[in-house]
Amino acid sequence: MRRLAAFSLIAVATALAASSQSILIRNATVLTVTKGSIQNGSVLIENGKIAAIGKNVSAPADATVVDATGRYLMPGIIDCHSHTAIEGGINEGSVSDSSMVNIKDVINPYDINIYRALAGGLTVSNVLHGSANAIGGQTVVIKLRWGKTAQEMLFDGAKPGIKFALGENPKRQGYPQESFFTQGQVVERRYPGTRMGVEEVIRESFTEAKNYQAEWKDYENRVERGEHPIPPRKDLRLDPLVEVLEGKRYVHAHCYRADEILMLLRVANEMGFKIRTLQHVLEGYKVAKEIAAHGAGASTFSDWWSYKIEAYDATPYNAAIMARKGVVVSLNSDSDELQRHLNLEAAKVMRYGGLSETEALAMVTINPAKQLGIDETVGSIEVGKSADLVLFDKHPLDNFSKVEKVWIDGHQYFDREKDLETRPAFEQKKKALEEKLKPAAQRPARGQGGSNPTAEAIQ
Amino acid sequence: MRYGSINAAVLTIAATCAVAMQAEVPSAIAIKDAHVVTVSGADLPRGTVLLRDGLIEEVGVNIAVPADAWVIDGSGLTVYPGFIDALSTWGIPSGAPQASANRPTGGAPTTPAPAAQTQPEPRAHGPEDRPQTYSFERAADLVNPSESRIEAARAAGFTTSATFPNRGIFEGLGAMIDLAGTRGRDMVVVQPVGQQIVFRLGPSGFGRTFPTSLMGNIAYVRQLFLDLNQYRQAKQIYDAHPGGNRRPEYDHDLEGLAESPRILLPADEAQQIDRMLSFGQELKVPFVVYGMHEAYRRIDELKQAGVPVLVSLKWPEKPKNADPAEQQDYRQLEMQTQAPAVPGMLAKAGVKFAFYSDGVDNAADLKKAVKKAIDAGISRADAIKALTLNAAEIYGAGDRLGSIEKGKIANLVMTKGEAFEDKTTVEYVFIDGKEFEPSKDLQKEPANRGEPKQPAISGDRGAN
Repeated sequence: MRRLAAFSLIAVATALAASSQSILIRNATVLTVTKGSIQNGSVLIENGKIAAIGKNVSAPADATVVDATGRYLMPGIIDCHSHTAIEGGINEGSVSDSSMVNIKDVINPYDINIYRALAGGLTVSNVLHGSANAIGGQTVVIKLRWGKTAQEMLFDGAKPGIKFALGENPKRQGYPQESFFTQGQVVERRYPGTRMGVEEVIRESFTEAKNYQAEWKDYENRVERGEHPIPPRKDLRLDPLVEVLEGKRYVHAHCYRADEILMLLRVANEMGFKIRTLQHVLEGYKVAKEIAAHGAGASTFSDWWSYKIEAYDATPYNAAIMARKGVVVSLNSDSDELQRHLNLEAAKVMRYGGLSETEALAMVTINPAKQLGIDETVGSIEVGKSADLVLFDKHPLDNFSKVEKVWIDGHQYFDREKDLETRPAFEQKKKALEEKLKPAAQRPARGQGGSNPTAEAIQ
Repeated sequence: MRYGSINAAVLTIAATCAVAMQAEVPSAIAIKDAHVVTVSGADLPRGTVLLRDGLIEEVGVNIAVPADAWVIDGSGLTVYPGFIDALSTWGIPSGAPQASANRPTGGAPTTPAPAAQTQPEPRAHGPEDRPQTYSFERAADLVNPSESRIEAARAAGFTTSATFPNRGIFEGLGAMIDLAGTRGRDMVVVQPVGQQIVFRLGPSGFGRTFPTSLMGNIAYVRQLFLDLNQYRQAKQIYDAHPGGNRRPEYDHDLEGLAESPRILLPADEAQQIDRMLSFGQELKVPFVVYGMHEAYRRIDELKQAGVPVLVSLKWPEKPKNADPAEQQDYRQLEMQTQAPAVPGMLAKAGVKFAFYSDGVDNAADLKKAVKKAIDAGISRADAIKALTLNAAEIYGAGDRLGSIEKGKIANLVMTKGEAFEDKTTVEYVFIDGKEFEPSKDLQKEPANRGEPKQPAISGDRGAN
């Protein structure tokens, strides 16, 4: 449909969400996560959905059959904390409350890290604003439909979120600083400079949001009474906070210390909204009961800590302890690199905390799906759910396992074999372009840095 | 039949003072026996164009030359409508207000002009502080006919530009100007023609003044349009029901925005094109997208959107100071090879587009840049149309500029050889019916001129 037929990126980009083709994945060990495992099981995909699961699944004659003998099939991995594919800065850190900005506006579907994450079995990302301010920007859930536009990557029906951040990151802006970030200049402080200030920012913003909500209600009432009032100013900063108050938007709060976690839960209770997930939450194990009582999920690292003062009092048992106390726990990446092997992050909770295989896998599949409110359609292998599936050559909790194929909505977005197969041709194409540009840049290329396998490489 | 003696005198003066000189003004000029590329109608292999009082009085094949007209023998020459730079800073001297020097522009396609040191803006704590907002500033009030780049532009055959102020996120109200005049006001043809929006990215997103990020820029633009809607609504309600309502405050920034007949949104890469097409539609204002170096991936979408497009003539290249060990990725390489093919693809698809100089200020480079597009597939006729009538029509000035038609403003360029070929020279330029001697020296490569080599302009092209 687009011009350069030679660039097959295009071929991927034009096919629409669900593939109407039937696919039968045969003879795999199916790790459903929610309904146990099936040895020598098959999964039938129809119209982008999982149509049948079992030992004996009959498929239409024209179905594409994938022989998965000796392989492991699991649900697509879900990352509850990502900053991948954001263009033009992940923080609007200039203000204490930047809820007017929206990650949805700046998704870059060409970010190669999307493809690399796919190659690690990731299919869904919760793309968050950074943690520079107490109330950060609006967030968005995407499916890693590599080759599609930003709009086409949005997870249809997933509730939008907003990022909060507590502790060192938001209060660091309160120091007069002369640093790399400020290009050598000492810049004016930005409020807040303390944890108290962070709390105050949240309380202040929600107080404003409530007034704003009341102002609009008052306006609507007056219009109803037949008066001619001037409408209040529509405020992009306060709109999302009103949505939080009305339960239409999830709060994903970056936090570390137990005291500030309790602080946030208290402020939320006082203001009348819910914290959907606590992110990082390294001291969550200390206040797991309180987190469970609030109904918040916890999205943490498996075994990463001590990278700053507030991240010292941590333990790799954190995830297991919180899970045992009734918290829905997920393991996140917060990183373009870590997101490529979240299955191995999951494996660590078996070593630290003695969780079962299924519990471990749940922490990167159905649990983050629950936290994001998308567990109706993704997060496990169940009939009727979206066909977001990953085929591993070994058990995904095995250190040596590799992803072979990835489907999203029944459409195959990654194939290891095809990727490797098309690399030489892709290199050729790249060389040809370089040759074409030679007169402009005569110098011989040095080094053999890895090239980016783009969609061209997999088609 | 050239009025050669006058030209010779002019040349001498021009060479010494390097200021564009204008020949003595006859009331009528007849260009005879030239190849006339009218753009709006058929080409005339041997036609006559009659100019009087700044307008095109007549164009055709068998036209009687009035007795009072000075005659130019056009044999061997081609006449085109004067070229138009569709998004420019030409005419605005570098001493005019510019973007604050300590605020780096990360904005994608910008039109870099020399930045003057000015006071930094006070720190903005959010959209309410109206950061980097000059929506009210008028190019028409800033242009000056003695601005230093104008002569080079004329030497390349440009007679007109859509010139916009060059600071801030909301840059102000552009004007279609003729690149000649005695005073600034003589130059203005139509104003305001639009509001240019540039996304300005700050360092890293930590601290400093709002906005620093791309999403912050977008949120701010969105908020200002919401404010504008509210402002309009409030004024309307107040005028109808003054009793019981507080009077809406006069708002300078919003008045400037309200006056903009269209906005110009930056979009260079494919995802930026997607983003700005949907953003423009969301804002519900007429808009134009500019940049377009990766538009080869979005031709159908641009066609479907029916939005006018401005293509930057600053074709992407490998950064001059790049680390030699650093490899360019496939997409960058593709953009460097494919961008010049964009104009041809747009023309073929029937998308209305024009070219803009984007900091390419010298005549030799402008010529080469257009030639590159022709070599990459656009026909010369389509390239000329993009540089003339399309540009005029995009800004609603197609009724007075952009083609050689009776009654239109007499802006013409005459070349020896077809426009944009290596050996071609610009022989005459007419603006408002007055002849300007295009500098032959300025048409040469900078290295071959009798003046010091100018430093390359390095536009800071960040993510948009």
